[in-house]
Amino acid sequence: MSQLPALIPTSLILAGLLSLLVGLRSLRAGHLIALTGTAAAFLLSVVGLVEVTSSGQPIRYAVGGWIPPIGIEFVLDHLAAYMTTLVTGIGTLVLIYAPRSIRHESPGKSALTYPSMALLVAGLAGMSITGDLFNLYVFLEIAALAAYALLATGDRAGPFATLRYLLIGAVGGGFYLLGVGFIYFSVGSVNMADVAARLPELVESRSVITGAVLMVLGLALKMGLFPLHFWMPDVYTNAPSSSAGLIAPIMTKVSAYAIVRLMLDVFPPAYFTEAIPIAATIGWVSAAGILFGSIIAIGQQDYRRMLAYSSVGQIAYVGLGIGLANPIGLIGGLLHIVNHALMKGLLFLIGGAIRWRTGLVRIPDMVGLGRKMPWTMYAFVIAVLAMVGIPPTAGFFSKVYLMIGAVQADAWVWFAVIILSSLLSAIYFFRMVEFVFRDVENESDAADDSATGGVTARELEGAVAGEVPPSMFIPIAILSAAVILVGVFNFLIVRALLEPAVAPLLGG
Amino acid sequence: MDGFLDLAPLLAILASAVAAVVVPITGEKRRNLRETWTVLAAVVKFTLIAMMIPGVLAGERYGMDLLEIAPGISLSLRVDPAGLLFATSASFLWILTSFYAFGYMRGANEAKQSRFFSMLAACLSATIGLCFSGNILTFVIFYEILSVATYPLVIHSGSKKAYEIGRQYLIYALTAGIALVAGLAAIYAVTGTLDFQPGGFLDADMGMGFLWMVFLLFALGFGVKAGVMPLQSWLPNAMIAPTPVSALLHAVAVVKAGVFGFVRLVGYIFGPELFGEMGAATFLAIFAAITILVASLIAITKDDLKARLAYSTVGHLSYIVLGIAILAPQAMLGAAFHMITHAAMKITLFFCAGAIYVHTGKKKVSQLDGIGRQMPLTMAAFGVGAVGLAGVPLVGGFVSKWYLGVGALDAGLPIYLWVFLLSGLLNAAYLVPIVTRAFLRSSPDHTRVDEASLLMVIPISITMLFALLLGIHPDGVFRFFSLAEAIVASVTGVTFTGGM
Repeated sequence: MSQLPALIPTSLILAGLLSLLVGLRSLRAGHLIALTGTAAAFLLSVVGLVEVTSSGQPIRYAVGGWIPPIGIEFVLDHLAAYMTTLVTGIGTLVLIYAPRSIRHESPGKSALTYPSMALLVAGLAGMSITGDLFNLYVFLEIAALAAYALLATGDRAGPFATLRYLLIGAVGGGFYLLGVGFIYFSVGSVNMADVAARLPELVESRSVITGAVLMVLGLALKMGLFPLHFWMPDVYTNAPSSSAGLIAPIMTKVSAYAIVRLMLDVFPPAYFTEAIPIAATIGWVSAAGILFGSIIAIGQQDYRRMLAYSSVGQIAYVGLGIGLANPIGLIGGLLHIVNHALMKGLLFLIGGAIRWRTGLVRIPDMVGLGRKMPWTMYAFVIAVLAMVGIPPTAGFFSKVYLMIGAVQADAWVWFAVIILSSLLSAIYFFRMVEFVFRDVENESDAADDSATGGVTARELEGAVAGEVPPSMFIPIAILSAAVILVGVFNFLIVRALLEPAVAPLLGG
Repeated sequence: MDGFLDLAPLLAILASAVAAVVVPITGEKRRNLRETWTVLAAVVKFTLIAMMIPGVLAGERYGMDLLEIAPGISLSLRVDPAGLLFATSASFLWILTSFYAFGYMRGANEAKQSRFFSMLAACLSATIGLCFSGNILTFVIFYEILSVATYPLVIHSGSKKAYEIGRQYLIYALTAGIALVAGLAAIYAVTGTLDFQPGGFLDADMGMGFLWMVFLLFALGFGVKAGVMPLQSWLPNAMIAPTPVSALLHAVAVVKAGVFGFVRLVGYIFGPELFGEMGAATFLAIFAAITILVASLIAITKDDLKARLAYSTVGHLSYIVLGIAILAPQAMLGAAFHMITHAAMKITLFFCAGAIYVHTGKKKVSQLDGIGRQMPLTMAAFGVGAVGLAGVPLVGGFVSKWYLGVGALDAGLPIYLWVFLLSGLLNAAYLVPIVTRAFLRSSPDHTRVDEASLLMVIPISITMLFALLLGIHPDGVFRFFSLAEAIVASVTGVTFTGGM
C-alpha cells in the first residue's frame, strides 16, 4: 500500500494523456478512459482514506526511490486524504455528467475537454498529496493549464475571460514560486517536513518572512480571495456548465487547502498568527469578501454570475476559518471546503441541466421550472437550504463551528459577519426558489423549448421523466444526497479526519 | 416496555416524517388512501406520545442520544414534562386538524393538496422533534426545519400577495433562526455544553455583557415565533394560509414553539434565579405586557375574522411569555397550563372561522349577523371559545388565568394582575359581540339550520369539549395539569400539594 500516494496522481495523468490520444480517434473511448482513470483515482483515495484513518499514520512515498529531502515525497495524511477524496469524487461525478451537457453547449469542442478534466483533477490531487513545496507549484500549474483549456471552450466571451484568468493565474503562480525560492535559499530545502524541522531556528529571518508572504499571496490569488477575486465572475459565467461545475467547487479550495497546509505543517505553530499577522489578514479580507460576494450576488440576473459571486463569499468562509486559527474555527473552515464543493458543484450541474432542457440562464426567465423539471428543482431546493445553512444540511454545521470559533477567538465582528451573510444568501437564493416554483402567469405554457435554445423534442427522448438524461441526473442526485448525508454525519468526518489534521494548533 | 418507550420519541417524530414522504407519492388521484396515511400517522404519533405520560409523571425521562453531531454534542432526544405537555397537545390537535382539513380543503376545492398535507406532516415532525430535544443544538435543528417547512403552507394560494407574505415570513423566520444559532455558538464556546438542565446551567460568573447578549439573541429567536411585539407583524399576515394551517400552526404548533423556547430559555438554560437577577425577566415582562394590551386593542379594530383571531393569538402568546417572565411558581404553572387551554380555545375559534368561510364564503365579522341560526353548533362552539378566552369560569381559560394572576400577586407585581384583568375585558370586547351578533341579530341569509360538513363540525365539537373539560376538570384530559405542575417542580423545586 505504500505506493498508494503515487498511484493517485499517476492514474489521473495517465488517463489524461491516454484519453487525449484515443480521443482524437474516438471521443467516446476518450471519455471512457478519462472517466475510468478518475474513478480509479477516487477508489484509491477512498482506500487511502480508510488506511490513514485506521492506522492513524500518514502513508509516505519517495518518488523514484530518491530519499527525501533530496527527492520528491508524496504524503497521504489525514488532510491530504480528505482533499484527494473530495477532488477525485467531484471529478468522477462531473465526468459522468459532462458528455450530454458539452455536446449541447459547445458542440465540436469536446476533444480536449475530457483529457483536460482528468489532468485538472490530477493537478489538484497532486497539490493535495505532495510533501514538497516546489512540486506543489508543478501540480498547481498542471491544474491551471488544464483549467484554461476547459474554460476557454465556453461562450463567446469565454476565451477573453480565460485570458484574463490566465494572466492573473500566472502572476499567482509566479508569486508562489518566488516565495518557494526565498524559502529554499534560506532553509536549503523544499521538502515540507524538512523545512518544518529547520524553520524554527530561522523564524526571525527576513527572507523566510518574505517567502511566507509571497507564497500565501500567490495562493490567495489562486483561491480568488477578495479583493483578488475579480477574475472569477466572468470566467464562471462564460464557461461550459460542466467545466464550471468541476472548477468552481474544487479548484479554489485546493489553494485554500495549500495555505492551511503551510500554516499547520510547514511553518512553526503560531507563526502565521504571532510572528507575522498572515492569519488575521486573511480573516479580515475574508470577512470583507463574504459581505461583498453576498451583496453583489443579490443583484445578479444571470444564474451563473450569481453563483460566481456567491463563490467569492463562500470561499471566504474557508479564509475565515484560517483567520480564526483556533481548532474549532479551522475545522469549520475545512469542513466548509467539502460542504461548499458539494453545494456549488450541485448548483452548477443544476444550472447545466436547466440550460440543457430549456436554454435558460437568466433567473427571471426561470419562472415555472418547478413544473417542467420537478426533480431537478427539488435537488435545487436542497442545495439552496444547504447554502443558506438550514439544518440538517452540510452548510449548517460549518457555520456553527465557525461561529463557535469566532466566539472563542473573541472575533465579534466576524461573528456578526457570519450572521449577516447567512441572511444575505437567503435573500438571493430564496428569491430564485420563489421564481422556479411560481406558476407561469398569462403565458402559454408552450414557451417553446427550441425557441429559447433548449434541446429538441427528439433529444429529449430517454430523459428522466421529461427532465434530463440519467447521465446528467444521477450526479445531481448523488450530490444532493451527499449534501444531506455530510451534514448529518459531519461529525464522523470531523472526528476521523479534521481533528487529527488541526492537532498542530493544539500543540501550541 | 421501558426499552420501547425510550424509542417512542424517535418513532413519534418519524411517524409524521414518513407521512410527509408517502403522502405526495400517493398523490391526488388516490386521495382517500392519501388521507389514510395522514390519519394513521397522526394516531400513531399521538398514541406513542400519550403512552409516555404516566412514566414521565412518575419521574422517568425517556429518550436516547442518536449520534454525535458536533464535538461533545449528540442529536439527543429526552422527554421531560415540559416537552411532553406541548407534544401531547400538538399531536392530539393534529388528529382533529387532519379530519377538519380534509373537509376544509375539499370544501374549498384547494389546489396542491398533496403538498399541503405533506408539509403539514413535516411541520408536526419538527414540532415534536423540538419538544423532545435534549439540548439546544437539537432544538435549533428542529426549529429551523419547522420554519422552512411552514413556508410552502404560507404561500399555498400562489397569489402575488401570498409570495410577498412568504418572503416576509422567511425573513423573520430565518433571522430568528440565525440568532438562535449564534446564541448556541456563544453558549457552547463558553460552557462546552448545550444540554438543557432543569434550573438552568449558565451562571453569573460568565459576565453580564455576555449573558445579556445570549439572552437577546435567544429572545429574538423565540420572540419572532411567539409574536412578541415588535416582532409580531408576520403572524397576522400569515393568515393568508388555508385555515387549518392558521388553526394548528399559527395558533398552536409554530407559535407555541416560540413560547416553548422561552420556557426552555428561562427554566432550562438560564434558570429563574439568574434570569431574575440579571434583569432579563423585567425586560421580557414589559415587552410581553405591552404586547398583551396593544394586540387586544388592535384586535377590536379588525373586521376580518381571521385577522381578529390572529391578534388575539399574539396577545395570548404573550400571556404565556409574561407568566414565565414573572418567575413566580404559580405564574409559571399558569403559563404552562395556558399553553394548553389557549390551544384548545383558539383552535376551536379558527375551526369555526374556517367552517364559516368554506360553508358561506364569509370572512368578515360584519357579515355574521344571524349566522347562529344557520350554523348553531359552530357558533355555540365559537361562543365557548370566546368566553373561555375572556376568562369565564368552567372553561379552561379561567384556570390558567387564575394561576397567572395569583402568581403576579405572589411575585409582588400586582401591575401584571391588572394587565391580565384588563386584557380579559378586552378579550370579551372583541369576541363576545361576534357571538351576540350571530344569535341575536337576524339576517335573510341565514334562516334555516344548515351546518358545514361533518368532517368539520365533529372536530369543532371535540375541541370545544376539550376546552370545557380543561375548565371543569383540569387534570382530566391527558393529565395536563399534573404535567404543568411537574414542569414547575423541576424548574423551581416548588411542589403543589393537592392541585386542583
